[in-house]
Amino acid sequence: MSKLVLIIKREFIAKVRNKSFIVMTFLSPLLFVGIGVFVGYLSTMKAELKTIAVHDETGRFVNEFKSDEEYKYVDLSKVDLKVLKDSIVSKSYEGLLIIPNTDDNAQLQNGIQYISNDSPSVSFTEDLEDIIAKKITAENFQKAGLDTLKINNAKATVAINLEKASGEEALKGLNEIKIIIGGAFGYLIMMFIVLYGNMVMRSVIEEKTSRIIEVIISSVKPFQLMMGKIIGTSLAGILQFLIWAILGLSAMFIVSSMFGVQMGASAGAQAQAMETAQQAAGSNIGMYIKELWNLPIATILISFIIYFIGGYFLYSSFYASIGAAVDNETDSQQFLLPIIMPLILGVYIGFFTVMNDPHGTVATVFSMIPLTSPIVMMMRIPFGVPMWQIIVSMLLLFGTFLGVVWFAAKIYRVGILMYGKKPTWRELIKWLKY
Amino acid sequence: MSNILEVNKVVKQYGDYTALNEVSLTVPKGSIYGLLGPNGAGKTSLIRIINQITMPDGGSVTLDGERLKPEHVAVIGYMPEERGLYKTMKVGEQCLYLAQLKGLSKQEAKQQLDYWFERLEIQGWWNKKIQELSKGMAQKIQFVVTVLHKPKLLILDEPFSGFDPVNANLIKDEIIELNKQGTSVIFSTHRMESVEEMCDYIALIHKSNKLIEGRLSDVKKQFRTNSYEVGILSDNIEGLMYDLSQKFTLSQTDFKSLNDELKLEINLGNATPNDLLNTLIKRGQVTHFVEKIPSMNDIFIQTVTK
Repeated sequence: MSKLVLIIKREFIAKVRNKSFIVMTFLSPLLFVGIGVFVGYLSTMKAELKTIAVHDETGRFVNEFKSDEEYKYVDLSKVDLKVLKDSIVSKSYEGLLIIPNTDDNAQLQNGIQYISNDSPSVSFTEDLEDIIAKKITAENFQKAGLDTLKINNAKATVAINLEKASGEEALKGLNEIKIIIGGAFGYLIMMFIVLYGNMVMRSVIEEKTSRIIEVIISSVKPFQLMMGKIIGTSLAGILQFLIWAILGLSAMFIVSSMFGVQMGASAGAQAQAMETAQQAAGSNIGMYIKELWNLPIATILISFIIYFIGGYFLYSSFYASIGAAVDNETDSQQFLLPIIMPLILGVYIGFFTVMNDPHGTVATVFSMIPLTSPIVMMMRIPFGVPMWQIIVSMLLLFGTFLGVVWFAAKIYRVGILMYGKKPTWRELIKWLKY
Repeated sequence: MSNILEVNKVVKQYGDYTALNEVSLTVPKGSIYGLLGPNGAGKTSLIRIINQITMPDGGSVTLDGERLKPEHVAVIGYMPEERGLYKTMKVGEQCLYLAQLKGLSKQEAKQQLDYWFERLEIQGWWNKKIQELSKGMAQKIQFVVTVLHKPKLLILDEPFSGFDPVNANLIKDEIIELNKQGTSVIFSTHRMESVEEMCDYIALIHKSNKLIEGRLSDVKKQFRTNSYEVGILSDNIEGLMYDLSQKFTLSQTDFKSLNDELKLEINLGNATPNDLLNTLIKRGQVTHFVEKIPSMNDIFIQTVTK
């Protein structure tokens, strides 16, 4: 058996047998599900009912406020303002809305007050403003002698139908789906690089501190050891992702089959009311699914694997050489920062630039630069990227990888035999010449 | 007798610093060869070159008649001064892994392991992790790992450091046994008594240069001072001292003896031992007469501080 295979095997087994790997593999999906359920539960919880005192001196608006599950409006127009203000301080009411007595609507627009102990949410104040504005507008129309009904009828709503140049119908909101898919893959690559790159680094440091390194490199070449470590660790990571994917898919299958039954039952009860709405929604969902299938799925998956491998190899060679250069993890911080920066930059560019302009100059350039391309290009691909761009970006990535491995192997070779002092950047560069 | 290892004018530089300056060594087959030198002399640099961990900047190394090549790692066993094993890996698996890295098949490795575990009486350790073992126990494993693949050349850097006297003796016996079976051994050490005890040949490296090399007895001959330790019982000490000081250089010395005698160290200069004896016998009863052989310790200190 070749030595490289032996090393890969050992690294893989060492990682997989590690308790934290087992715990993370099986516990983190549970944790994810748990958090999801918890958040879902929280959002279904009804908010505490808040009572709002309305002191409407005009008497024209108080009936416009309709109580709902969250807010209850009480007409306290007759009560003295001073008493009401005291009751707010003593927290009998959540808030007090004061509409001053005036017939001048122009004056009303800026004369309304809301008093409360806790500052109200933006949506709540907007709602209040909306209700009052509507009423005033209606009154203004009336005063001007305009027929409100006619105006309402005259109002038009426009929905533009999106269509691709190729002639297929497109759906609004599909861009969001593309961003989610691209973002998920890009983010996954970043997470994997950081998690497993760190693992490679720690494993190098462990060999250094336990001093076994000299025994091993008297049998194998440092380059073989480094590559074996990187590949072995990545296999452990791929196994972890596979387990997660299988767990996730089977969980989805179970959940959907369970909910499918329930949904059928509830749909039966409300069948008549829902029927028309469902049909409309159904055809929409069908179109979304059709659109999803129209995404370049094969391209996405194949490039995910390639960028995943390329990006991970590129970064983990950095991680390995850093591990070789330092004696313990604390010393690694100063070298890690420049590595993590491009990763974070990639994610930011992905989420902000690509979302707005997937084929703009910034997005295109950063999907070519090897340090950010695995993330940025993955986010661009769902929007359709010319094949030549993908190929150029991949070639650049793997070319850079080869260069970086050469450079990392040199630092690694010298670093693993250096003990006791924290190297500087200048020394690392000097090592390249040894 | 042919040579297992020939190091020919090897140069190693780290930046501006020269770690080895045209160092040449010849290690005869079947010998126990002591590589001596103070800390930082360049011993470890040389050992790493022989193990192909680093490459020399100049010169060449020949192993068993062939120029050093990657396949040679399989015939060398190396125990570095900084011992180390994977702390969380089980003893058995670890030994198998390291043996396979040296090119043994799994079956061969297992066979060898059984032999050594039985020999060192550590069969029960197979499933223990290194971190559960004491330092001395881990050192035993380290030794087993080093010799498992039956190397032709064994390179041991400070082999006895970290062992208690019992285990140090055990390992020493194993090294001698392996040497008897034909394994050549290079060991680098500061402990001069083990050099005296075990080595056939020595080399002394100091400040990146080789200063001394040769058969241990030859080196000692080279450093002999022609001095003798003498014990004599005499009635006329003044007369004796007068006679001796006419011909030789004298100094007081001490050695273990049951007699209450005069103890002297006498440098013969150009005279022969018999000249000295003749002078002594005339004046009294000679109870002790031994050539003062320089110890490796003396040679080491004398060479290094020169």
